[in-house]
Amino acid sequence: MIQSSAMPRFFSSMSISGRVGVTLVIFWVLIALFGPSISPHDGSQVVSQDVFLGSSLAFPLGTDYLGRDVLSRILYGTRYTVGLALTAAVLASSLGIALGLFSTVNGPHVDAFISRIIDALISIPSKMLALVIVAAFGSSIALLITIASLSYMPGAFRIARSLAVNLQTLEYVQVARVRGEGRFYIAWREILPNMIHPMLADFGLRFVFIVLLLSGLSFLGLGVQPPNADLGSLVRENISGLGQGAIAVIAPSFAIATLTVGVNILIDSLPRLGLRSGGKG
Amino acid sequence: MNATAAKLILNRIGIGLLTLLMVSLVVFAITGLLPGDAAQSSLGQSATPEAVAALRAKMGLDVPGYMRYFNWLGGMLTGNFGYSMVNNLSVNELLASRLPMSLMLAGVTALVSVPIALTLGIVSAMKRGSLIDRGLNLVTLSLVAVPEFLVATIAVLIFAVQLRWLSALSFASDISTIGQFLKAYALPVMTLCCVIVAQMARMTRAAVVDELNSSYVEMAILKGATPTRVVLRHALPNAIGPIANAVALSLSYLLGGVVIVETIFNYPGVASLMVDGVSNRDMPLVQACAMIFCAGYLALVLFADLAAILSNPRLRQ
Repeated sequence: MIQSSAMPRFFSSMSISGRVGVTLVIFWVLIALFGPSISPHDGSQVVSQDVFLGSSLAFPLGTDYLGRDVLSRILYGTRYTVGLALTAAVLASSLGIALGLFSTVNGPHVDAFISRIIDALISIPSKMLALVIVAAFGSSIALLITIASLSYMPGAFRIARSLAVNLQTLEYVQVARVRGEGRFYIAWREILPNMIHPMLADFGLRFVFIVLLLSGLSFLGLGVQPPNADLGSLVRENISGLGQGAIAVIAPSFAIATLTVGVNILIDSLPRLGLRSGGKG
Repeated sequence: MNATAAKLILNRIGIGLLTLLMVSLVVFAITGLLPGDAAQSSLGQSATPEAVAALRAKMGLDVPGYMRYFNWLGGMLTGNFGYSMVNNLSVNELLASRLPMSLMLAGVTALVSVPIALTLGIVSAMKRGSLIDRGLNLVTLSLVAVPEFLVATIAVLIFAVQLRWLSALSFASDISTIGQFLKAYALPVMTLCCVIVAQMARMTRAAVVDELNSSYVEMAILKGATPTRVVLRHALPNAIGPIANAVALSLSYLLGGVVIVETIFNYPGVASLMVDGVSNRDMPLVQACAMIFCAGYLALVLFADLAAILSNPRLRQ
């Protein structure tokens, strides 16, 4: 009951751009969940003799370089883009938070040690790290998730650590320590619940950057490998149609953009939570 | 500049060099140590032990890992990046033609994007909360989240396919007139600028707004100074440090963006060389390119730090 009445109020209290953001995000989540079941054709099925067709009633977004239905390919591909990025973002954020809490409650030596390692990781631009790892190991789904979470964990660590350090000096945490609570109880029950809101906003930003990183890699042909295809791969495989102005090139890149822009303006319109991380690092 | 500032700056440069060393260790560990025996994998399972041993000696794999690291590091410090495995050229030769092209692209992008971004940032800071400010906020917020290849494909569709003003590929290798220069650089630079201008304008706005909220600005307004004068004469000189910081950090996003842009426009720079290296799994080439990009990135971050230190009036007498 409370849930169902709280959502509309949350929605109506937002700015117009915030509402657009929420709508876009919900739309893409639904597509990722149900895309293949509402898709008019199978994603990998060749349905037309003509390649790079324009928009028509039969093929709303035209056909691709092999004559497959672009709409169906997007409906299938969204699952990879959203699923991979979501997994990697959850891993990056939870690892970052766990390490941040761990280094905060375990004293200055542990903290200094972990922070130095993170400093080295953060000074490699994420695309460079990704290219180096793909060069060494080849590309696979598991590796892509590892790359993305490894590149974006350090940022989450830094924010989690600075929040946790501030919370640790507050009186209620001191009281818990005097009461004789253990370090992990303090981290889990006292500090974590109070930093979860800013970390959620940060999680959204990490998701956006990971979507951009992974679709960039797929665009270079180094990400999701055929026959699987995420939205970035769709742009790559149809890039030869650019000269004819084919929708097959524009539609997938536009799909990525509406997803990432939606998340970004949604986070921007959230009430200010004392957290703004504007970087792509 | 006094002793404290000099010490801080030397300290920052020291930390920067140390970080670069750590980065080289990470890059070498990933590419040189973890993947296993490169000689065995390039010859396949059926190769004779003698052939594998010979290739191993030729590639320098017959010495322990830490020695290989020091050889590699020493080679780079003396300007020798090793041999490319795929095209049997020295990496130096490959880089020699590509590096100036990438620097040119980065330089032109910086020249175009910095003035635009600063103007947009300062204007939206002056008109905080106005329709212009909110509109710019929405536009820049969207642009930082848009993939580079969407900007690139839309630019190609408009300027190359519809209007037919420019070519979809960049022919930057043979330029003799200004017209050819514009044709080669317009699309790549435009694409790179979109993302960087958005990022830089947002950070500039934040820096100027920070200054405008301080009490000396309120004093200047109460004194009766015009808004333009308040911003240009009072707030801006104090915001130079944070703005230089913002410019350097935004330019470091060039390093990521250039990978996509050089590939899509077929621009002969270091980033497209690196992507080729990754596709061919040409390790010496990938290592060299990665180190060049990481060094560039660290240099920009260092510059951002130095700008913050030097602009602090307490350290500058």
